[in-house]
Amino acid sequence: MNVNTVDLKKRDVAIVGIGLTQSGELWDKSLRDIAFEGGFAAAADAGIRGKDIEAFFVGNMSGGMFAGQEHVAALVADFLGLNPTPAIRVESACASGSVALRQGYIAVASGLYDLVAVGGVEKMTDVQGRWATLTLVGSMDFEWEGYFGATFPGIFAMMARRYIYEYGLTREQLAKVAVKSHYHSSFNPYAQFRNRITEDNVLKSPLVADPLRLLDCCPTSDGAACVLLAPAEEAKRYTDTPIIIDACAQASDTLALFDRRDVCTIDATVEASRQAFGQAHIDHRDVDVLEAHDCFTIAEVLALEDLGFCEKGKAGVLYDEGQTYVGGALPVNTDGGLKASGHPVGATGVKQVVELVKQLRGEAEGGRQVDGAEVGLAHNIGGSGATAVVTILRRGD
Amino acid sequence: MAMYNAPFHWRRYRERYRLLGSRCETCGRIFFPLRKICPNCRRKGNPVPIAFSGRGKVYTHTVIRIPPEGFEGFAPYIMGIIELDEGPKVTSQVVECTPEDVYIGMPVEVCFRKLRTQGRQGIICYGFKFRPININLKN
Repeated sequence: MNVNTVDLKKRDVAIVGIGLTQSGELWDKSLRDIAFEGGFAAAADAGIRGKDIEAFFVGNMSGGMFAGQEHVAALVADFLGLNPTPAIRVESACASGSVALRQGYIAVASGLYDLVAVGGVEKMTDVQGRWATLTLVGSMDFEWEGYFGATFPGIFAMMARRYIYEYGLTREQLAKVAVKSHYHSSFNPYAQFRNRITEDNVLKSPLVADPLRLLDCCPTSDGAACVLLAPAEEAKRYTDTPIIIDACAQASDTLALFDRRDVCTIDATVEASRQAFGQAHIDHRDVDVLEAHDCFTIAEVLALEDLGFCEKGKAGVLYDEGQTYVGGALPVNTDGGLKASGHPVGATGVKQVVELVKQLRGEAEGGRQVDGAEVGLAHNIGGSGATAVVTILRRGD
Repeated sequence: MAMYNAPFHWRRYRERYRLLGSRCETCGRIFFPLRKICPNCRRKGNPVPIAFSGRGKVYTHTVIRIPPEGFEGFAPYIMGIIELDEGPKVTSQVVECTPEDVYIGMPVEVCFRKLRTQGRQGIICYGFKFRPININLKN
């Protein structure tokens, strides 16, 4: 049943421009303002004009519920002055951005287009927190999880509880995930939170859904990100340091957590990772920097295992040893991750890729640059893991 | 919670009131909720509705302290994934006990409860929750 992606891929695809907005509570900016800012920054980075763009994919989870605005792709194209360029909205909950990226990648790899923009945007703070909470419930199985009172943090809390029971992860190890993310984000001028925190801060923060506390959870954020894709052979027209997309793989699993083969494993991540490493023909040891989907601290722990960077049940040790910091064996979420740099849900998948491009170009701000990074991996999931996308990038100059 | 019209609730009432699932007559696998296609056998499968016994064990659990819109009056409340005796798992609230009482492996049984009210004059939504089985009474 597998599509032979090798045959369908006519050419390599490069990222030739990146744009990013601040993530946070951007009170003075609306959905279209944020999208404009991210898109304009990417065009400036690549030195292109809007009319050079042949197609535009936009990841957006819920413009309708968060901001009362649907038809987001056309809106964004309109206010970026891109009409009549085709603009396509892509929705896969928190994985919307990376699924949009994959569609853009396919559009260029297949030979159909020579310059594609992939954006992600979300405006989450124009509604009250409990409405935002309800909207995020829609990324799970609404009829059989949300209807009965489950929340998004609640679902991940149930993964955490079971994982702790099966593998003996300690509350302190889980806290270390957030401490590391805040440390990295303190160097990131685009991050929502730039304060460093301690394990004690995490362990004394209010309970949201036991055993997860406030500082285990990513915030709700406004933000946008954009990348420009071109055939690798033409990439030098736009940039001195093209970044090649060596793999972009996607997999699906049950929407409801209770239906999964294993509550402590995101099988969609396992499958997308297997395919991505196969497409890129690399080994886990070749990955220099990793962006892992950490909507909650437990999610990052599961990601490291499900991506294959360590054995099931052993990720906690990496945090005890400090291996996930810049300078460690496996730097994870060098921008602060979803936890500290922010999680504008539809933008996140693109935002992660922007961070990897900065790392591979050697342009990461402050003290979070991974020395000599050549290969980066981004992992983005939707909901509690019904969609997973794994993207592998390589410095291409 | 959005103000859904009555059919939104009504069309699922049998499953939500009685805890129904499907059993594939081809492979014998049991599913919750109802499925029209067996993911195992696909076209060769033949899922038929079954009623669960309503007994199971807590597989994992949490306490929702920040409720979504519509559940404010209940918080904090216990949510769990229950592993039913027949095999499938189901997400549900666990009631008639405190957060300190709940543990993985705790025997529970289904009960019929109010889930929430849609606004002050809105539809009252009912469905299943689970409660601890009183072992002492059984003995």
